[in-house]
Amino acid sequence: MLLSAVTIATDIEVAQTIGFGIIAAMMIAGALNVVISKNVVHAALSLVMVMAGASAQYLLLAAEFVAVTQVLVYIGAVMVLFLFGVMLTRAKLGRDTDLNNEKGWMLALPIALLLLGVMSFVLIKGFDDTRISGSGEGKIGGAANVLLSDRIFSTYALPFWALSFVLLAAVIGGIVLARKD
Amino acid sequence: MLINEFLLLGAVLFCIGVYGVIARKNAVLVLMSIELILNSVNINLLAFDRLNGGNDGAVFALYIIAVAAAEVGVGLAMVLLIFRNRKTISLDDLSEMKG
Amino acid sequence: MGWFLEHAWLIPAIPGAAFALIILIGKRMPRGGSEIGIASMLAALVLSAGAAYQWIEHVNSSDGEAEAVLNRWEWFRIGDLKVSIGSHLDGLAVMMLLLVAFISTLVQIYSTEYVRGDRRYTHYFASITLFSAGMLVMVLAPNMVQLLLGWEIMGLCSFLLIGHWWEERVNSEAALKAFWTVRVGDMGLLVGIAMLLSIFHTLEIGEINEAAASGDFDSKRLLMWAAVALFIACIGKSGQFPLHTWLPDAMAGPTPVSSLLHSSTMVVGGVFLVARLYPVFHVGLDMNILGQHFNLIAVIGGITVLIAAGLAFVQNDIKRVLAYSTVSQLGYMMMGLGVGAWTAAVFHIFTHAFFKCCLFLCAGSVAHTGSHHSFDMKKDMGGLRKSMPITFAAWIASTLALCGIPFVSGFFSKDEIIDSAKHNDYKVFYLVGIIGAFMTTAYMTRATYLTFFGKARGAAAHFVHELEHEHKTTHDSPWPITVPLVILGLLAIFSGYLNAAPFKWHWFERWTESAIGLPLGEGIFALPHPPEFSWTSAAPGLVLVAAGFAVSLLLCRAVFGSETSPLRGLTERNIALRAGHKFLVNKYYLDALYEKVIVHGIAYPISRAAYWTNQHIIDAVVNTVGKAGRRTGDLVYKYIDQLLVDGAVNGSGTTARGAGGALQPVQSGKVNMYGALLFGAAAVGGLVLVLVNS
Repeated sequence: MLLSAVTIATDIEVAQTIGFGIIAAMMIAGALNVVISKNVVHAALSLVMVMAGASAQYLLLAAEFVAVTQVLVYIGAVMVLFLFGVMLTRAKLGRDTDLNNEKGWMLALPIALLLLGVMSFVLIKGFDDTRISGSGEGKIGGAANVLLSDRIFSTYALPFWALSFVLLAAVIGGIVLARKD
Repeated sequence: MLINEFLLLGAVLFCIGVYGVIARKNAVLVLMSIELILNSVNINLLAFDRLNGGNDGAVFALYIIAVAAAEVGVGLAMVLLIFRNRKTISLDDLSEMKG
Repeated sequence: MGWFLEHAWLIPAIPGAAFALIILIGKRMPRGGSEIGIASMLAALVLSAGAAYQWIEHVNSSDGEAEAVLNRWEWFRIGDLKVSIGSHLDGLAVMMLLLVAFISTLVQIYSTEYVRGDRRYTHYFASITLFSAGMLVMVLAPNMVQLLLGWEIMGLCSFLLIGHWWEERVNSEAALKAFWTVRVGDMGLLVGIAMLLSIFHTLEIGEINEAAASGDFDSKRLLMWAAVALFIACIGKSGQFPLHTWLPDAMAGPTPVSSLLHSSTMVVGGVFLVARLYPVFHVGLDMNILGQHFNLIAVIGGITVLIAAGLAFVQNDIKRVLAYSTVSQLGYMMMGLGVGAWTAAVFHIFTHAFFKCCLFLCAGSVAHTGSHHSFDMKKDMGGLRKSMPITFAAWIASTLALCGIPFVSGFFSKDEIIDSAKHNDYKVFYLVGIIGAFMTTAYMTRATYLTFFGKARGAAAHFVHELEHEHKTTHDSPWPITVPLVILGLLAIFSGYLNAAPFKWHWFERWTESAIGLPLGEGIFALPHPPEFSWTSAAPGLVLVAAGFAVSLLLCRAVFGSETSPLRGLTERNIALRAGHKFLVNKYYLDALYEKVIVHGIAYPISRAAYWTNQHIIDAVVNTVGKAGRRTGDLVYKYIDQLLVDGAVNGSGTTARGAGGALQPVQSGKVNMYGALLFGAAAVGGLVLVLVNS
């Protein structure tokens, strides 16, 4: 009985790992396309893919509220903003050769690789094969969301207020900057 | 599942974002690269959240999403303003701050 | 307990909601949003009246001390500290609610005519509604945080309203001055609240008062500093000496705003705070210097009474006379609180609100109809009593009240303050009080004479001439202006009878004194009992009032009465008088002190010092480093490179040019480069940390 429970757990884990791998590959491909694509609209659409993938990863991490917010805010709002930005600045809709700095990659690639190297080393050395505990049971469903909202409106109420001021300032700033007069 | 799977994914996305910030010239694309960086941070936060079994990480992930939305709003407004005044959004041409 | 008392939170909430409505749909309404504002203030007035009625019932039905009615919800929590929002109703709060709602309603009705056709009509009503809401929030506050909230809402709205016509530079500067001066005081409020929290471990006003009155705290010294900090806030808000300079400049706003600001909101806020936290101030500011017990509040109040009254003599702008008069009357209230006459001071808030509001509205009515939007008494007014009878009557009624003529409202409140000063061993302040009464009568006589008597001048002459042309004798302002004037004029006369000491009528005292947490009864800090009224103790003050009236009238007739008067222009001819006049016109040089001495004297040297440091020290360091680098480079070049390597590496010469040249490309101005530097540095930094730690 106990044994079968363990095997089921591992089965789920295998499925999760496979799912993770596919989504991660998709995200990395999308992210790469964002930074090397020669077409601004393609870059934006690839970004959508990365965002959607991130949302899926949040689900795997048992944070469904954040996942839904990610879809709503990023894919729903931020991406539309980006597409508006692309259109209003009259970017070329086809291929555009003038998107990158000349020889920019010669500077960017070493820095990015160095950073990646350092971070990977630290992560692998630091967390080695630490496992995420359990299957996230008790964290999924309504109760978890109640806990989350309790946290936001009690312990983290002050940053929440600060954030609302930031958003207000951003709204006003956006209007002031972008309006014509 | 290993926590490192998520953390390494975050690291890779972060570095791709860094690459974009440095290599891209188009202002909108630079902003998109910044979004990549912010998302990678969120993945890390949620992974650690899951590891530690609280939900502080989720709270801050939500806050980061809100801040990112504000950042995009103001950033794109600035880009629009620059475009209106200069007819270009190439960051190469914006070097008045040169020392 | 009563529905109105339980639902008092609606009173500020309705104007607050009305503010949002006016902003959102005000412009599309047929009357530009003013109807929403007036309706909300009327609703607040009805609710306050209901609350007042039930409060009186509550007080009458309870034997002895009535309980305050508290209604609180948790607002937020920081650690263990729970901050609530809600309503705290006691006598003072109920009285202020009724006062604010009443005055605001009248002022808004008046405004519909006064600012008719203004380009920011809707915004005006939005701001003024929020302004009243802010005062109501503050009045109802059960704790210091809500009080701060209301206090700051008022600060913001006063800025918006004073600068309503911001196109003129003077107005926007006046608004800024008001904002910054009050802000200096607000720092005191923040510090004071923090200190109260550390002393009493709570922010609830009721609990603080109770603890302070019963001596339930560790350090009296700490309490004194907390009270000083809070009192600085009151000085800033209530325009007390030495932060009174912003109030007269605040006259730049529309007249109804001045009247609201000066009668029941904003400037009364400071006095209200002292009255609200009275035990804290009473115990904390109780000084003992050279064996003489006195309260610091009384000192500041007393100084303000005289200083402001002196300034009111030399003003030509009618609104400025009234502004200084307000400052001086606020000084009376502070003085009353300082000498321990809590009820008298609060009663003076009550009566003063009616007559000062009325005086301002009269001034506005004169300017609106009679003098073509000019407030200059010497140039554009005079002789208006016959052509504007309603305005004149209201003005006279409230002037009598302000001067403290017997059986008019101001007499009952002011005389009780002065009497209490004498009774409670503040002899000097008794003198200050009656001299202040003398000066008040004198400058009000001057203002009345210049505005309504004598020959019509400038715009007023034009107005009177036009009337004669149309064969009319009177042409007063339209009804939205005159109706509030009449109501306020009547109240200026009769509101005093609520607490008329000569007749032993003490309703006001019974109703407002309840549940404040005043240190009544016995004990070291117990409040003295109010003195028994007697005509003999009131007589010296009354004699001086009469003298002030007579002297001022004679002088006015002599100076302004005829063109050929020998006294005319005396202040220009006589050296001593000219010096005195100039001293007063320049407001005791306090503005100059603030601007020239404090701002220029402190800020400029600091910035100069910073500049000097920058130029000499930092530059010198940089230059030295550069030179040293260069010299090292030179040495390297001369001896090592030239002698040893001997030109083997030509490129090494470039390194000798010093660090400056090498770093210049870094400041490329390109965002990407900065990004690269940032992330590159982070990567390298991380790498170094990893290498060091492994």
